[in-house]
Amino acid sequence: MTDTAAAPAQVPLVDYLVLGDHPHLVAHQCTSCGARFFDRRNACAGCFGTEFEPADIATEGVVKAFTIVTFAAPGVPVPFVAAIVDCDGTSVRGNIINTEPDPEHVKLGMKVRLATFSLGADDQGTEAIGFGFEPA
Amino acid sequence: MAENVYILGINMTKFGKHADKDVVDLGAEAAMAALADAGVTMRDMGILAAGNLMNAGAGFGQRLQKQIGQTGIPVYNVANACATGATALRTVIMAVKSGEVDMGLAVGVEKLAGAGLLGGGGTPKKDSKVWEPSGRFGAVAPTDGRIGTDAMPGTFAQVGMEYGHKYGEVSFETFAKISEKNHAHSVLNPLAAYSKRFTLDEIMNDMMIAYPNTRPMCSANCDGGAAAVVVSETKLRTLSLGQQRRAVKISASVLTTDPYEEGCQILPNVNTLTRNAAKIAYEQAGVGPEDLNLVELHDCFATAELVHYDNLMLCPEGGAVEFFESGAPWRDGSTPVNVSGGLQSKGHPISATGIANIWEVCHHLRGEAGDRQIEGAKVGLAHVIGLGSACGVHILEKSAA
Ligand SMILES: [Zn+2]
Repeated sequence: MTDTAAAPAQVPLVDYLVLGDHPHLVAHQCTSCGARFFDRRNACAGCFGTEFEPADIATEGVVKAFTIVTFAAPGVPVPFVAAIVDCDGTSVRGNIINTEPDPEHVKLGMKVRLATFSLGADDQGTEAIGFGFEPA
Repeated sequence: MAENVYILGINMTKFGKHADKDVVDLGAEAAMAALADAGVTMRDMGILAAGNLMNAGAGFGQRLQKQIGQTGIPVYNVANACATGATALRTVIMAVKSGEVDMGLAVGVEKLAGAGLLGGGGTPKKDSKVWEPSGRFGAVAPTDGRIGTDAMPGTFAQVGMEYGHKYGEVSFETFAKISEKNHAHSVLNPLAAYSKRFTLDEIMNDMMIAYPNTRPMCSANCDGGAAAVVVSETKLRTLSLGQQRRAVKISASVLTTDPYEEGCQILPNVNTLTRNAAKIAYEQAGVGPEDLNLVELHDCFATAELVHYDNLMLCPEGGAVEFFESGAPWRDGSTPVNVSGGLQSKGHPISATGIANIWEVCHHLRGEAGDRQIEGAKVGLAHVIGLGSACGVHILEKSAA
């Protein structure tokens, strides 16, 4: 069981989510053209460059597309709001959380900010942390 | 100068449930009917291109040959998501255009009845007992539903919503009205999987799948096959006057993929590759959007149809809502779109779709579309999108012979 003296270990839902005091997303940025990718690339899809550097993604953005999913694959809890958020010029995929999943509460152009949530602890007491975007 | 190419014969099976037929039966039915329509036999074919996406590794083309005629010709089994049928057709067109063969057969078939909603299926994924990163994102748990949606209805819903964000919000009602149009059109199509007219209220109040797409606004999974015989102009001129008269000219055949743009790997960009394909196709054919008498476009969801009005340049950029509200894409409008009923009612047996939409256009250009004939149709366009992505655009013209 968890040692109460030490903070429980945490693991991000995906490797491009950086936890800590200021949770944020990080991308692989092409050093020649600036294109950003959340998974690894052999070469840049835009300019074929092979050099990448880590780039922090803005934690605030604007909803540029969303859908409210009410019918999904088995095991996927519904309803949820899937969205594309424009984070200062970088498109990010994530759910809109901490608000009602209906068109009265979720709007195109809405300002949102990154927020994290717990997916629970595994058998070793490690807590998985996911992210979404909440109204700002 | 490359050879001009024509559709000599073409067929689609009834779309719907075919419980007593497997994919080879359905493919054979479409292929033999296309050959009969063309007035030729398997002996005349120089190439076969075949698609059956759900069993892409099973050698569908060779299995089909064993059912309808093994002549030793090359078979290309193709797979390109929802653009598989168009890719099979384009493969044959390239072979004929190059002069390697003077005739070829393209076949697409799928059995999907009972498969549920497109992309909405799949097996349940269990969260593991110990968080362990896996995959390209180092994910410790399934991301579908936690980081956006992987399913088609939600993906294409966002495509429509993104259009609204860019050009001015599009109401749920507008998207639903697009579906109302296609279901109304389907009433005249005896080969459609569903040919029932719905009221706007019925569409809006049906089961919500992924806002703003309700169930009737999603393409219908079903069984179906389609096949086409392609011939070179040189060969066509040696055939009977009757064959020449019914042949339909393929004025443009284009296949594109999505070029890199910011965000295209976050939400698939189905716009640019369609616009690129359309531009090339209009140039190849020497026609413009205003010359089209009918368009069959890939309305896998009502939200997708809206953006493709714009992508195919049927309206000025940003003007898709106005174009629709003007009545233009209704069958009595200036640019009838999806008079077959579209994927939402005719159905979407994936690999058959990209040939079946060509069949619809040919049917009108030949003046054989019966009750739903678009009078005097001379030029038509067929479009498909396969996510991933691939886009096929074909422009067809009534034979001058
Ligand atoms: Zn680059």
